[in-house]
This record gives sequence, structure tokens and C-alpha cells, in this order.
Amino acid sequence: MTPLWRRRTTRTQWLVWIGWLLGALAFAQSWHTIAETTEWDFVWDAPTQAADMLGRMWPPRWGYAPAILKPLRDTIDIATLGTLLALLLATPVAFLAARNTSPHAVLLRPIALAIIAVSRSINTLIWALLLVTIVGPGVLAGILSVALHSIGFFGKLLYEAIEEIDPTQTEAIAATGASRAQVLIYGVVPQVLPTFAGVSVYRWDINIRESAVLGIVGAGGIGLQLNASVSQLAWPQVTLILMAILGAVAVSEFVSAKVRAAII
Amino acid sequence: MLRLTGLAKRYDRSDPALAGVDLTVPDGEVVALIGPSGAGKSTLIRCINRLVEPTSGSVVLDGVDIAGLSASGLRAARRRMGMIFQEYALIERLTVMENVLSGRLGYVGFWASWFRRFPPEDVRRAFDILDRVGLAGFENKRADALSGGQRQRVGIARAVMQAPALLLVDEPTASLDPRTSRQIMQLIVDLCAERGLAAIVNIHDVALARHFAHRIVGLRKGAVVFDGPPQALTAEALTAIYGAGDWAAATDDA
Amino acid sequence: MTPEPAAAPSVWRKPAFIASAWVRWALGIGALVYLVSALGSIDIAWGRVAAGLPRGWRFVASFLAPDFLSRGDEIVDGLTESIAMTATATVLGVGLAVPVGLGAARNLSPRPIYLVCRSLIATSRTLQELIVAIFFVKMFGFGPFAGMLTLTFASIGFIAKLIAERIESVDTAPLEAIRSTGASWLQWVNYAIQPQILPRLVGLSLYRLDINFRESAVLGIVGAGGIGATLNTALGRYEYDTAAAILLSIILIVLVAEYTSGLIRARLK
Repeated sequence: MTPLWRRRTTRTQWLVWIGWLLGALAFAQSWHTIAETTEWDFVWDAPTQAADMLGRMWPPRWGYAPAILKPLRDTIDIATLGTLLALLLATPVAFLAARNTSPHAVLLRPIALAIIAVSRSINTLIWALLLVTIVGPGVLAGILSVALHSIGFFGKLLYEAIEEIDPTQTEAIAATGASRAQVLIYGVVPQVLPTFAGVSVYRWDINIRESAVLGIVGAGGIGLQLNASVSQLAWPQVTLILMAILGAVAVSEFVSAKVRAAII
Repeated sequence: MLRLTGLAKRYDRSDPALAGVDLTVPDGEVVALIGPSGAGKSTLIRCINRLVEPTSGSVVLDGVDIAGLSASGLRAARRRMGMIFQEYALIERLTVMENVLSGRLGYVGFWASWFRRFPPEDVRRAFDILDRVGLAGFENKRADALSGGQRQRVGIARAVMQAPALLLVDEPTASLDPRTSRQIMQLIVDLCAERGLAAIVNIHDVALARHFAHRIVGLRKGAVVFDGPPQALTAEALTAIYGAGDWAAATDDA
Repeated sequence: MTPEPAAAPSVWRKPAFIASAWVRWALGIGALVYLVSALGSIDIAWGRVAAGLPRGWRFVASFLAPDFLSRGDEIVDGLTESIAMTATATVLGVGLAVPVGLGAARNLSPRPIYLVCRSLIATSRTLQELIVAIFFVKMFGFGPFAGMLTLTFASIGFIAKLIAERIESVDTAPLEAIRSTGASWLQWVNYAIQPQILPRLVGLSLYRLDINFRESAVLGIVGAGGIGATLNTALGRYEYDTAAAILLSIILIVLVAEYTSGLIRARLK
């Protein structure tokens, strides 16, 4: 008898099928949840709506440009200052969180890891919602919320970079009789500096994108004008604002890519 | 003078890496430490400057018991022991000069090292040593731009910069080609002679060991099984260290 | 006669990162001027901040005593909606990202298709989710449907780009080997490319699942469904104990999801 060739054994094949079945059920249930609360008339009407909206969006209202210069500047400031603040706060957290540099692995390391986890789990916009109720609407709330979310991002990538350094280099510095602080600045810092710089400009680039929408919840920047123009149905203004945002994002992406290429 | 007494190291729940080593190295003597992989050569060297904490035994350098020192006492003692590594262990992204000057870290304060403001005397000596190891004019090059042999010269310069009494040398030639290996060994031996330094050199290459060392110590399973001049390293001695084999090629040399 | 060797210099300065002193100073001063003017342009209403600080403390304190009950139904509904949006959007997003990713791989696709797919990816990656959500809400009406579409759109760009990059860097030897057997294009993709990108695709999908859940928590702010609307309302009413309950739920779900997907990804390697 010719032996049959199968990619999987019967048992794994069954497990795979059951996995697919469960996945399909979960998808169906999720779809049902969404479909329940959807007004399908609106959905079927969407192509008409979209065509109508796009028709009204062109041409952009160029005359509106002077009014968005200041908000655009605020958006960039929020991203830049927020990134700087986050870097300042995240650096010590990263050194506390990295297994090989943490001064106290049982007490301080879990605290640092918890800060990173909380900061990362909560979106910039949620931080903004919160901060607006605390410090009031405006650029300050924006900067703080960008910083609070970026701490986790920086902290995680930086502490992983610190844990991946070459230990013989730090060993060599320790063998010269250097103090702990000197081992840190000679043995560890030069090894992680390129990662620090690369991650910083990368996050700055992301933060430009994020801060463009912070205004929607009142945390400063061009999002305020965007939200207002959408709710007034002033579509030509919306087009201009989107163009400004896309321009800023494109420039920041270009700068960030250039800087990262230069330091590697 | 360096004196090891009953030096032992056991990593958790395994056979001991070092099983009570007694060894005395007088000033100015170059000792080659040979033995199969896993014999404890690296552990022995690292127990001397306590990069690895010994489990028991004592390490006495010029009358100071290193095993019993506090953190700050240990730093002061480490200044007297220059270490040279197999993979050079340079700080790759720093300049050659910073790497050489890092040998002085135990002598200068934190802020001076942060701003790279080393005493003029240190800088002058660093230039002299760079010249001595054949790297004059390389001070502003980054360490990762150098060849293997050049990097090891920087590693040697860093160790000598410490003004040590003893060099701990861990497989200095394992990553180098045969010609560069001999040059590097020659440089280490010459520097020891010029400055009256003792050295313990871990080395795989028996021929190199016989050629350059004053004395050879054979290690097997964490214990000294041979200790004598290179001439005494016969085929029987090599069998005691490495196990049975054909030693014709290794004993022809010298 | 050899000349007396010159004494070695006793001064050494580290070469500057930017060699030209002029450029160095210009950049430094430029950065400083920008920083000062940016800091100066922040309009801080100190009175408002001072008034808000007690509220800030109240918020921090409410993390110790979160209130899951008074708005329990809304929290459960919001979270269910968020999870449903996340699940459907990830499945649809991955499903659509695969053809887009294949299309955006230079070594696989004809030029026109390549350009279309690449511009789709660029649009999706440039537009912040909330902006996309605003438009989808206008087109499809309020609710999780718009949110699901937003997340799907964002997932396509994210996953398709990484798939395309992976395909562009695959080992070319199997590609030629399979092609030389006379396989059709689909068989070729199935045998030569799929095994090389499948583990990566599974990893990316799990990773994107995490991101989608985090994002789903904010889409409610513009009416695109999910827990964000509940959170927005709670904060608007200064109900910090409810807000803390919601945030803790989000953090918990994110951590559990991240942990499980980490386990699965580790097993796949």
C-alpha cells in the first residue's frame, strides 16, 4: 500500500480545526455586537455621503491659512516639548528597570516596570482627557499628556537596549578600578546612546501625529480647528487643515529618517 | 608578588570550576596558564580581580588580601591589576584616546571623567604609551574603526595605563591571525620586561605559551596539574593536562 | 644623530561630533532659541492649574477606590464594544493587509499595482486614527461600525507595510527553485513566499491586536463606539472613581493581551 503523506498528524490537525472554529465563533459574536448597534440605513447611504463630502471639500479655503499658523506651531511645540520632557523622565526609569543597571532588583525594578506599563497602556488622548480636567484646556495639558504616554514607550525601548549591551565592555571598565557611576558613563552610556537618539527622534515623529488630534479634546494644537471645522461642516477649511497636518507629518518623518540614518 | 592560597570557585550546584588553587607569581614573571576549555582558566583570572567572586581562599597582591576587601578597597586594588581581554572589550563607540584614558578611571573623580578632563600627566603618558604600542596618531580614531590587532594594542595600552603591578591576560590572541598573535604576545612580554610587571596569560596555543612565557602552569578540572619552566613541558605533561593525544607538533617548537 | 624626541602633548580634546564649529554653534543656538520661544509660548493659567491640583489628587486617590458599580452596565457595554471592534477590525485588517502587502512588495508586483498599494499604505499610516474616525462617523453614522472601519484601515497600513518589507527581503533561492518547477503565480506565492512570512504575519497580527484595543479606547471620543465614550462622559462629570475603574480595566486587558500574545509569539519562534 502506498503510504499517505500528511503535513500534520491527526491530533494537531484536529486542534488546528478547533482553533479555527473558536476563532470564527468569536468573530461572529463580535460582528453581531457591532451589527446590533449599527444604523444600517446610514451605512448604505455612506457612498452618497462620502461623494457629497468630497465634493464640498475641494477647493481648500486658502484664506483660512493665517488662522491655522499659530495652532500648527503649537502642535509642533507640544510634540517637541512633550518628547523632551518624556526623555528626561524616562531615562532614569529605564536605568531602574534594566536588570543589569537597576540598583535594587526586588524593590525598584518592579516600580519602574509598573510605571512603564501604566504609561504605555493609556493612550495619549486619554491622558489628555484626564489632564484637561486637571490643568485646564490648552498647550500645557497637551505637552503633559504627550510626555506621560511617551515615558512608557521610551522606558520600554531604552531598558531593553540597556539589557542588550555587551557585558565584557562594562567588565573591562570595572576591572580598571572605576566606580559604579564611572562604569555607567564609560561602559553603558556609549553603548546605548545611539539607541537613545534614534528612539527619541522616532517618537518625536509619532508625537507630531498624535498632537495633531489633541485639540479635539481641548489639549491644544490644530485639532481644535479641525474639530470645529468638521462640526460646522466647513469642509474647505477641513481640507486645508488636513493638508497642513500631512505636510507637518511628512516633514517630521523626513527629518526623523535623516537623523536616524546619520547616527547609526 | 601575587600569592593565591586555596582559591576555589563553585557555580551553583555544579562541579567546582576551581578546586583550591595555590600559586605564587613573583614580580616580573610571565606565567602562561594552559588547559582545556572549561578547565577554569578564565575563572581563575577573574577571581583574582573579583570580576567573579571566589567561593573560598585568598588572593594576596603585595600584602593586600583582595578577597576580603570592601567595594572601595577593591576598586583601589583593581587599579594595580590591568586586564586584557580576548575580544578586546574596548568601548567600541569611543575614541582610542578615551579607551586608553579609561585605564585611569580608578584614579580620577566622577566629574573629571564625565567631562574627559584627565590630568595633563595622564594625557602625556597616554600619548607615550600609544606611541609605544605602535599606535601614534590613532588617538582620535574610533575603536570600532580599527583592525583586530590594533584593537588589542589599544586594550594593552589601557591596561598599562593603569600603572599596574600585574597584568591579567585572558586569551589575548584567540581572535587574531598567527602573525598578529606573535606580535601581540611579543608586545606583552616586552612591556612586562620594561616595566617589571608580572603577568598571568591564559592561552590556548601551547606553542605560543612555550615560546613567550617564563613559566607554564597547566590547569585541569580546576586544579593545577603542571607547574614548571617551558622546557619541562613534555608530552607526558601535556597528556596530564589535556588528556591523551599526539604532541609531536606542540613539543617540536621552542 | 637622532633628534631629541618631542615631549608628548599633555592636552587632548575629544573631537566634536559635528566637525564644523560654525555649524555646531548655529545648531546649538538655533535649538536654544526655539526652546526658549516654545517654552515662552506656553500660556499657563496658573490659577486654573492651582484650582485643578486638588482634582488631580482626587483622581490619583480614586485609583485606590475605583467605582466599578455605579456605571457598571455602561462600562461592560463599552468594553464589550471595544473588544468586538478590536477583534473584527484585526481579522478584517489582516485579511485585507495580505493582498495589499503582496501588492506593495517590489519583487512581486507590477509597477502600477505596487504604486497603488504603497500609496494606500502611506495614507493609512499618515492619518491619525482619530481623524479617520471623524470622517467615518460622518459617512457611516455614529457607533462601533465607524470605529471598526477606522481600526481596519489603520491595521491594513501597519501590517501591509511590514509584510511588504519582509517579502522584499526574503531569501530569493526558494523563489527561483519553485518557479523553475513550472508553478503558477499562486502556487509560487503559496510555496515559496508564504512559509517565509507566515510566522511574521502571526506575530504582527497579535501585536496589532494589542494596538487596536488601545486605540479602540479613544475612538469613542468622536462617537466611533467603544469604551472611550463612557470614559469621556465620566471625566466630563468629574466622576474620577468611575474613570479610574475604566482605566484600570483598560490597563488590565492590555496587560493580559500583551502577556498572552507574548507567550504565543514566543512559541511560534
